[in-house]
This record gives sequence, structure tokens and C-alpha cells, in this order.
Amino acid sequence: MTGIGPGWTDPQDEDNMGKIVEINGPIVRLELPQTVIGEQVRVGALKLVGEVIGREGDTALAQMYENTEGLRPGEPAEGLGHPLSVELGPGLLNAIFDGVQRPLSAVRAMSGDRIARGIEVHALPRDRRWSFQPAEGLVPGTQLHGGEILGTVQETASIAHRILVPPDVAGELLDLAPAGEYGVADSIARVRLADGSIRKLNLFHRWPVRTPRPFRRRDHAVKPLITGQRILDTFYPLLKGGKAAIPGPFGAGKTMLQQQIARWCNAEIVIYVGCGERGNELTDVLEFMPELKDPHTGRPLMERTLLVANTSNMPVVAREASIYVGITIAEYFRDQGYDVVMVADSTSRWAEALREVAGRLGQMPVEEGYPAYLGSRLAGFYERAGRVETLAGGHGSVTLIGAVSPPGGDFSEPVTSHTKEIIQTFWALSKELADARHYPAVDWVESFSGYVPAAARWWADNVDPGWEAARAAALDLLSASEELARIVNLVGVEALSSEQRWTLEAAGLIKEGVLQQAATDAVDSFASPEKQYLLLKAMLEIHAQGLKLVRLGAPARRLLQLPLLAEARRWKSQHPSDDLAALKARIAEIPAVFERLALDYAEQPTEG
Amino acid sequence: MKNVEYRTASSAQGGLIVMRGVPGVAAGTRVALRDASGRLRSGLVIRVSDAAVLVEVFEGTEALDLERTWVRFLDEPFMLPLSRDILGRIFNGAGQPRDGRPPIISRERRNINGEALNPAARAYPREFIQTGISAIDGMNSLTRGQKLPIFSGGGLPHNRVAAQIVRQARLLGEEASDFVVVFAAFGVSSADARYFQESFEDSGVLNRVVMFLNLADEPVIERLLTPRTALTAAEYLAYELDYHVLVVMTDMTAYAEALREVAVLRGDVPARKGYPGYLYSDLAEIYERAGRIRERRGSITMIPVLSMPSDDITHPIPDLTGYITEGQIVLSRELANQGIYPPVAVLPSLSRLMKDGIGKNYTREDHPHVASQLFASYAKALEVRVLAAIIGAEELSEGDRRFLAFADAFERRFIGQGEDEDRSIFETLNLAWDLLSMLPPEQLIRVTEEELARYHKWQPTVEVV
Repeated sequence: MTGIGPGWTDPQDEDNMGKIVEINGPIVRLELPQTVIGEQVRVGALKLVGEVIGREGDTALAQMYENTEGLRPGEPAEGLGHPLSVELGPGLLNAIFDGVQRPLSAVRAMSGDRIARGIEVHALPRDRRWSFQPAEGLVPGTQLHGGEILGTVQETASIAHRILVPPDVAGELLDLAPAGEYGVADSIARVRLADGSIRKLNLFHRWPVRTPRPFRRRDHAVKPLITGQRILDTFYPLLKGGKAAIPGPFGAGKTMLQQQIARWCNAEIVIYVGCGERGNELTDVLEFMPELKDPHTGRPLMERTLLVANTSNMPVVAREASIYVGITIAEYFRDQGYDVVMVADSTSRWAEALREVAGRLGQMPVEEGYPAYLGSRLAGFYERAGRVETLAGGHGSVTLIGAVSPPGGDFSEPVTSHTKEIIQTFWALSKELADARHYPAVDWVESFSGYVPAAARWWADNVDPGWEAARAAALDLLSASEELARIVNLVGVEALSSEQRWTLEAAGLIKEGVLQQAATDAVDSFASPEKQYLLLKAMLEIHAQGLKLVRLGAPARRLLQLPLLAEARRWKSQHPSDDLAALKARIAEIPAVFERLALDYAEQPTEG
Repeated sequence: MKNVEYRTASSAQGGLIVMRGVPGVAAGTRVALRDASGRLRSGLVIRVSDAAVLVEVFEGTEALDLERTWVRFLDEPFMLPLSRDILGRIFNGAGQPRDGRPPIISRERRNINGEALNPAARAYPREFIQTGISAIDGMNSLTRGQKLPIFSGGGLPHNRVAAQIVRQARLLGEEASDFVVVFAAFGVSSADARYFQESFEDSGVLNRVVMFLNLADEPVIERLLTPRTALTAAEYLAYELDYHVLVVMTDMTAYAEALREVAVLRGDVPARKGYPGYLYSDLAEIYERAGRIRERRGSITMIPVLSMPSDDITHPIPDLTGYITEGQIVLSRELANQGIYPPVAVLPSLSRLMKDGIGKNYTREDHPHVASQLFASYAKALEVRVLAAIIGAEELSEGDRRFLAFADAFERRFIGQGEDEDRSIFETLNLAWDLLSMLPPEQLIRVTEEELARYHKWQPTVEVV
């Protein structure tokens, strides 16, 4: 048998058969006396899959992952003896799964363009052979503990898949297979458990998705996740192992920003969960990802990526499950010692799925129809992020980035407000910025990051000690310009002093030359930390040089005519991250530009 | 079971009847119902247990009694018969003819609920569709397989815009003749329905249009079927007959209100503004039927029209729609009041798929940059206009006065156009450059220097008034 997680008996132990009593949308009432809450069931002549969510006497309530049209009372129902669990082993990467880990390409081969109901298909292909290399030093007689590394399979050119002892298994190693080609279901090791029974281990094991995978201890997150997006990395950093939320009304560029993160971030594994979102967006990811190279390794991006897709038109219960399927796979790669990023788009759709099921069950709604346990479920989900010391003794992390889709863009609604209390980094998207086509439309006033001090240490060690001060100076300029903009809106720009006008211009330089970043521009799409810092420094340098002149009495009007100001706004798309020499040269020329003006000004003292 | 009539209704109210003692009824089955006067009605099983079956009656429970109501369970879901002959025809929401011609007889019958498309089977929408409307083509382009709604408000000319799109929409290139339209109107007045019909007749497009009509005074439950029957027809045309199908649906607000009405009858727990918690999933089932499938020639492009209650874009219907569709075309009351047609508010409008359907190989190389520049310049110009309203235009700097003039010209000449004016994308782009030439080159940082050199006709000496 294969492990199915703690506390669950072997599925073949006994037949648990019953029948359908009632059908109400995705909720089905079954006569199934022996069932346990959380157990998977197969229901009806179509053998639809679902999950038991309640018991009452001899009947059980089950929520179905598939459309229940055509089911009849009296049809058979079967308890499968295990909870919703995922298959963890080689074959995960480069795949696209639905919300209950059915591989969508294999499903397509079986049922065509549309997803037929009741399809049974393994998550990991059984016919594919993998080249297994046993770990050194594991000889028969070794005491194995859960999570230990048995060997590796080079799954893609960039990722070595470490084969782990299931976390709930420990005992004496009886034998370990030699190097060779194996299928995921082949036995590669035998272990004598504490009770004397013998357990065969395969290249894969199962784990129930609603149980967090164990680890030794939590570590401090220390390294920033570099996304190549300036507003994120430089202004509101996220650490590897951290928790972030991207709330934004529709049309604010949430999906685009997440895709940029999935493309460019320096994680080793990226898991993208499309939860209740658009089908075409997933298609976009599927079509563009294979063409793109990982900027950090030069390998195709798909080699480190896997997708979990429950689009908005797919059954709502599987949508609720999809988030847990994603995070469990993320934890599994973490346990192999990898830095994993999971992007969940969108946690609001997940919460709405909760609400929909709660409504069908007649549970008491609290805020906006959401059930009372919304906050605790959200917190429990985000708590599965973190950097840990793994059972194998290495270090791995899961960084969680959850999109939030607040109705009407109202951040006080339940999902956004609960999320805001849980996460550390908040990338608030603004409709106003998006309407002005300021992308990424991350609002520098509403956003925050609790990771700035930790990130500052990394930037100081790896890029420049001036990072924290430069970041603060830029934010000061931005907030000063907000004030000034209000005055301008009331009385016009002519009412400002030269210094104030120059502040306004410098804030504009930072907005257009640093914060705005074109995802579609080949050069600008990704900015290395060094380039991010150089651009920021350049704009601050222009501000400082100009300020000196203004304070000497030069009118801002003259300064605003400098061609440098328009040029500097284009630098971001002219200088690629891997060739910054020319950018540095242009920055070095900045003081000279202002000196020439100072001379001009000295010759025309009457001006102003 | 199909031929057995049951007379075991135990309760009836508000469009729902409960049948007792009927074993083994399948969820979602169609029902035929006969009342004391012999009148036939149809319905759908919406909840079933071994003791009771809950049936939704399309025509309502008016004039029913429990003793003389006979019910047959047809043992199949709601099916739509389909053939090539549906082109040029007019049906009601349940797929029955309402043009006085015979019903469609065909062995091809499909469940109107459809089945979810496997995301791995989708192909990404890329090719540009020209609507001939500058505000859409130039700045919020529609691509084949996209769903792009029109967000409107009561009294705004969304029906005229929708009709203009139906008349003018075309593909660039050789496949132009494979283009057909499925038009679904639900909850509309009979005057509006007549307007559409005449508009299609007059422009000679009627023979490549299939119409599904459910008028405001017709059964509410049939309204819930109408988009589904229309999309089932569209899927047949697209994926069996290889047509490129444009689906125009109006008015989604009427649909959502019908959904709310039925949900309340069923006793569903309300979420926002009384709409059921599953409004998002329900709308997604409709909207997500747009798209393209790999290795299939046809496509479904969707333009749903909805009127925003009180012009409120944060109302649940436009809000949830916006989260599912790939952008939105927003109509503005302010522009409409100034007599600008079509009154497209370009700043809150958006086409998410535009970036992949325009530019080199699709429209013209400069298109992405021009669109971006128009957005940026118009946004700036509107800021200036606000300022001018406060301090007076004469207090503005010369640069700002140019922006003010740009805003006016942009609204009048670019957004505004005739209801029969069909502009090619090249006319639209050239017009855009004419307008951008009112602004100095240093203000145009979204376009490249080469594009400026080629298209921009800046005349710094022109006096701005």
C-alpha cells in the first residue's frame, strides 16, 4: 500500500457502500453509516467524486467536485477510505492540474475538449520511467526517519527531485533499489516499521491536503524574494518564506503583476494556482511560459513551474480544494530543500466557494454572507507559508502570494480585511493608477511591508549600503508630492514655490522613471537589484542637483526645460540589467548637466 | 418513467411545486406539466430526495391546484436542437421559434448547460477584430475569442452601440466571410427587440444572425435559459461548423435580477444586495463559454451588455462581470450628455487581451504605443481640465492649454463618430497621430523616437487659444 497520511486506514480494508438520499446542487446527502468526515466518496452511476463534510445519524453530507446533474436518489455511493490527498513525486513539474489534482492534459486525451465527469486518472503518469539515483550511505539497517532523502530523480534539467520518506513513516531500512529506471509506482525501498510490519516505499507518496506537512522548526526568513519589479523589490519587499497579498479591483492589473512575479522571481519552484479565474489567463500562462527562460538559470521557465487550474466555470467545490492542493505540493518541494513561491489567484474566489457551500448547508452567515470561520480558514492557509528547517535537515521555504479581489475595490470587505491582518507585505493595487495606465498600479500610499529591516540587511550586503536611505528619501518625495498635488488641484501649479515645483517634478521622475514598469517591454520587464538601485539613485541625484540650483535662486521653470528629465524617464527601457555600464556613465554625467545650467544662470542673473 | 404522469403534488407556490412519492428522479431533469385546463407547462427539477422532488415551473404556478396537476418527468436535461438552418432565425429563450416559421428538427441536440472547457484545450485569443469604432479599435481592441462587456446605464445608447458593432464587426484578412452573430436579448422591451431586428434587416446582416429573444414581460425562468441556449447555438456554429461567432447579449442586469428573483423563491442565502452567493459562478458559467479551442477553426467572441444600476460600477453585477471578463467598455453619461456618440469613457475602459492582438502582424507596429500614449495624454488632459474649472483656463500655462485643446478634440473627433461611420484601424491610428500632433514631442514618452519622427507633425508655432 501507499501512505495516505496520518490517522487513515488502508482503503482496501473494508467496503463502505451506501446510497444517495438527496441531491441539492453540489451538496449530496448519502446513506453511508461508516464514513468519516473528510473521506472521499464516489457517488452515483457516473462515479462522481466528492468529500464528506458532515454526519448526521446514518447519513452523511458530501460536497461534490463535479456537476451533479443526472444523479438520482437510490444510486450507489462508496466511501474511499482516505481524505482528499495529492500524489507527490516526479512528474509534478511542467504539469497542469485541476483543483483536485487531475492532470488536465491527460484528461483532455481521455475526454476531449470538455471535462467529462467521473474520469479516473492518476495525477502522476504511471507509464513514464524516471532515472533514480539512491542517496549515498543508505545501507540496509539504517534507521530512517520521516522526510529523509532516499535518492534523487533529475526531473528537469534545472530541478533535481529528491525522493523523500513519507513524513509519517520511520523505521529500519531493509533494502534500497540501485540506480536505474523506475516508474513512480515501483517500489524502491522497504522499511520495517516500529510495529514490525514492512512498508514498501515508492517514488511517490500521498499526503492529505488539509494537513500541513511537518518540519523540524521554523527559521527566520532572511533573503528577499527578488521579483525584478521595482515597486515590489525596492519599495515593498517580500522575503522568501513570507506572506503577501495583492488586493485590487478588477482591471487594476492583478493578474499581470502575478504573472510577472511567476516569470521573474528568483524562487526555485513556482506554483501558480488559478482559483476561480479566467480560462484565457491560464491559456496565456500555458502559451507564454514555455517560450520564456528563467532569468536566473537560463533554463525554460516551465521546468520549474506547475499550474493548478480551477477556472471560474469549473465546479465550485473543487475550487475550494485547489488552494490546498497547491500549498501541499509547495510544502513538498520545500521539504526537499527548495525555495518555493506559490501564487494563489484569487483567494477571494476561494472564500466565495466557502460561502457558496456554507449557504447550501444553511450555515449562519456573518459578514456579507461569509461563514463565521472565514477568518480562521484564511489564517490557517497563510500559516502554511514560511522558511523552515526540513525533516531532512536542510532549509526550504514557501512564499505565499495571494491575490484578493475585493468587490467594488472596497478594501474594508471581509476577505481583504482578514487577509490584511495576516500578511506582512501588502501590495495594494489602485484603480486610479491603472486608469492612468500607471503599471504596475501598486499604490505607494496604501501598500506596506513588514520586511523592510530584514531586506535592508540583504541590500546593504549585496547591492549598496545606501539602499534603505534611498528608499526612504524616495518615499518622502512621493508623500510630499501628494500634499503638493492637492494644492495644485486647488490653486494651480503657479502658486507653488520653485522648490515645491522641483519636488513635484522629482516625484514625477520617480513615478515614471522608476515605479512604472512595462511588462511587455523586453528590457524593462525585469530589473536586477543593481539596476533598480541605480535608477532610484539617478532620480534622487537629479533631484539633489536641481535642488541645489533652486536654492541658489534658479527658477524651477528653467530646470523643467532640461532634456535630461525626459531622457531619464526612458533609461529604464534603454539599459538592460546585464549591461549597466552605459547607465552608470549617464548617471555620472548628471552633475555636469546642472553645472552647465548653473553657468548659464550665472550669465543671466536677471532671469527669474 | 417518461410516459408516466404523476399527480402527487404536495405543495405549490411562487413558481415551485413539490412532488411526493416519485422514486429515482434525476437532478436537473426536464418536466412537462399539465393543469386542470389542459394547458401544458414546462419545468426543471432543481432539488431531489427519495421523499420529495422540487420542480421549478417556467411559466409559474399561477392557476395550479394540487389535485389536478399532472407531471411527467422527461428524464433528460434541457436540450436544444441544432442545425445549420438556425442562421437567420428568431427563437425564444427556450429555443422555440418566434418568427412564425417551423421548429428546428435535427438529431443534433445539446444540453444547454454545456460542459466546462478543459483549460488545457483552450487556445489564446490573438487576432484583432475590427469594430469600426475608434474608441474600441484604437484603445480597447477586441480580439477573437475574447469576452468584452459594455458597461452602460439606463438611457445610454448601449443598444445602438451593440447594433453598430454587430453591423460593422469584421475580421481583417481572408476569413472575413466566416463571421456570424448570435444575438440574445433578455428582459428587453419589445421596442428594443424591434429596433435590433430592423437594424439587422436594414443593413442586410440578418441572414448571418441567430436571434434569441426573451421580452421583459415573458417568464423569468426562461430568462435564465436564454444566454445558455444562445451560447449552445454559438458553440455549435463555432466548433462544428467552423464559424467565427460574435455573441452579443443584452441585458445581463436583467439576467442577474431574474437569478435573484428565483434564488429568493428557492430560499437561497443572499450574499450582496440580495444576490445569491453563487452569482459569480453562475455568471462565469455563461461568460467562460467564450473562447477558442486548439485545433478548431471557429471561435466565440462575446460582447455582453449590462446596465449598471445607478451608474454604479461597484454594484455586484458589473463588479463580478469585470472580474470574469477580459476588460470592459464603459459608457459615460457625461459624454452622452455632451452629444458625443458613442460615449465611451476610455479611461475606465480596458481590453486585457489587446496587447496580444495588436501591433506588428495584427494591426500596425505603432498601435500599442499610440494607444498607451493616448491614455496617458488624455488622463493628463483631464487633470488639466479639472484645474481649469477651478482657476480658469486663462490662468493655465501654454503647455496646459495645449492639453485642454487636446482633450476637447480627442473627445469630439476620436471618441465621437457617426452611427454609420465605419473606420478602418488605419484611419483610427492616423486620426490618433493627428490629435497627438497637438502636443509637443517631449510630452509623448510612451511612443518611440522613431515613431515620433515618422508620424508626429508637431508645429510649435501654432498659437493655442
